[in-house]
Amino acid sequence: MTLELRNVSLRVGGETHIYPTTVTLVEGEFNILLGTTLAGKTTLMQLMAGLRYPTSGEIWFNGGNVTQVSVQKRNVSMVYQQFINYPNLSVFENIASPLRVARIARREIRNRVERMAELLQLTPMLGRRPSELSGGQQQRTALARALVKDADLILLDEPLVNLDYKLREELRDELPRLFEGRRCTVVYSTTEPGEALLLGGHTAAMHEGRITQFGPTAQIYRAPADLITAKVFSDPPINAVPVTKSNGAFRVEEGVSWPANGKAAALEDGPYVVGIRPHLISPVGDGREQVRIDGQVLITELSGSESVVHFEHGGHVWISQSHGIHALKVGETASFHFDADQCLYFDASGRRIGS
Amino acid sequence: MARITLDNLRHSYMANPKGPADYALKQLDVTWEDGGAYALLGPSGCGKTTLLNIISGLLRPSEGRVLFDGDDVTDEPPVARNIAQVFQFPVVYDTMTVYDNLAFPLRNRGIPERDVKARVEVIAAMTDLTEMLPKRAAGLTADGKQKISLGRGLVREDVNVIMFDEPLTVIDPHLKWQLRSKLKELHTRIQRTMIYVTHDQTEALTFADRVVVMHDGYVVQIGTPVELFERPHHTFVGHFIGSPGMNVLACQVENGKAFFDGHPVTVDNPPAGSLQGKQTEIGIRPQFVRFGDDGIPVEIAKVSDAGRYRIVDARHGQSRINLLVAEDADIPASGARVSFDAAQTRLYADGWLVE
Repeated sequence: MTLELRNVSLRVGGETHIYPTTVTLVEGEFNILLGTTLAGKTTLMQLMAGLRYPTSGEIWFNGGNVTQVSVQKRNVSMVYQQFINYPNLSVFENIASPLRVARIARREIRNRVERMAELLQLTPMLGRRPSELSGGQQQRTALARALVKDADLILLDEPLVNLDYKLREELRDELPRLFEGRRCTVVYSTTEPGEALLLGGHTAAMHEGRITQFGPTAQIYRAPADLITAKVFSDPPINAVPVTKSNGAFRVEEGVSWPANGKAAALEDGPYVVGIRPHLISPVGDGREQVRIDGQVLITELSGSESVVHFEHGGHVWISQSHGIHALKVGETASFHFDADQCLYFDASGRRIGS
Repeated sequence: MARITLDNLRHSYMANPKGPADYALKQLDVTWEDGGAYALLGPSGCGKTTLLNIISGLLRPSEGRVLFDGDDVTDEPPVARNIAQVFQFPVVYDTMTVYDNLAFPLRNRGIPERDVKARVEVIAAMTDLTEMLPKRAAGLTADGKQKISLGRGLVREDVNVIMFDEPLTVIDPHLKWQLRSKLKELHTRIQRTMIYVTHDQTEALTFADRVVVMHDGYVVQIGTPVELFERPHHTFVGHFIGSPGMNVLACQVENGKAFFDGHPVTVDNPPAGSLQGKQTEIGIRPQFVRFGDDGIPVEIAKVSDAGRYRIVDARHGQSRINLLVAEDADIPASGARVSFDAAQTRLYADGWLVE
């Protein structure tokens, strides 16, 4: 059940929504589309589903060209961020509806609906109408309907975004288990890097109508190919600071410098961008960090167990995220520390050095 | 500006409520000090919106009083209470300019145009809208429009309290940081009472000096973010705050000592008296559980990579114990045992912290 996009693009009225995209999704795993609103995630899903047809390129599914095959003739399920259910049908009938359309035997329908309800903790609600359910239960009903029919391709478009925080955590934990052992391709879109990481699988980082990188999720996070991918995959935002390499050292304009070690030593002199994830910059050094920067504290956000501090140094705003409570005062000058070996370096065109 | 007191408040949407189950708000005594930055945190259905509507005067409580600076305003309509409210979705007059949108609440109150201009300019500068002032609001992005809503909430100098109802729901994660920081900064500058209603713990903990946690119609704890994290008064608070939340494990208490499935566990708050007949539990956050040579034997069910740390789902029989481990730490392949940091292990009886 492999889904393959070959040079798929979409132009609408002279405007490019999806630039030519080639990607082969991975069966039996989560394929995550990660990007901000308007990155093209939903559009790409609609193309995968056959809800829209590409301007150019081909879509292959399971070895067959399905580019011009309509959504009705593909075995696809889709779940949207808004809970969509039939308001006049019971939860049972909502879940059963795709099976009724497929003319599955009554007893088989009962078995499958009940199994799905069990899995999604909807058993006590089967007799109720959607309007009598909480938001989380309504979305679980929509999920159950998408899963009950054994679709080959399941598209989940930010399915948890309208749910309560804790419920999201719970479903995020459950979801991958629901697909274990099923022969289907799952595509899941999200704007949240943390969600992508916890779901695992493979991730396609998306930005302005392009997939900037596709690969195993943890690998994309740890070894982004370029600065855009690193930015898409960082919350709070990655510190991306212009530096100049000369005389064997990197220097932030009018600011700190540190020796260019390891692979970076061989780089030509010139301008680069250093990428440092906020959690690698700490207001308390543990001795392992080689670089100290002094900055003026702009904002502190203390969340009960960790501290996020925005500070200014060398004309740039930096963000530090650390364990524990560091109650720095706004306006004061404080020292921060990072380990230059844990930084990512990008050349002037945005490619990561070493990628 | 005012100190707001909710005195013996109860509310039911039913005409003749009988038991506690018929009440949306069960028993509330809360004081909001003048100038404080508060968050009202809880899952959907906990009574947050009911409480908000009672403070703003849209709803009259079934029982109890609402006091502003000691004056009973329980029967006063919203307009007499001088409250500014910012909603989940931007409420913006699309055909008006940004300037006219910000000026609207002031002009409504017959404030001279010269004073309107001065005030609008101050607020525009605070919310980074100065350059947008002559533009029509229709052309702005979602976060731009929400900034107008925030600005309009802040523009009047005579309000008693500014209430924010899930104001960042429609905002992309990478912009949430900016708006949240902005709000925090605005509170520091104008020192007016703010109540921020949300189900998102991160938003609540980073915005508020004090967080009011609601659960099932009750306020279960009012505390600083650190207090909520380190000393949850109720297992619900421990579970709801933190991601993943606190581990809550059923335990036995004998002669003042706690045992988890026969294993002795040292708690920070051993009981002074008898807990006989009560359901006793141990609460320990995933941050404070460690792998070691001794302790409670566990099987590892799943390891999730969250980027800067990993979440380990460990099981002891039917009990699930989550641990957070560093990105580069070792996870035992077999024969794993876990122990708890005694200073951070708490005992609960019938859900409440033993004191």
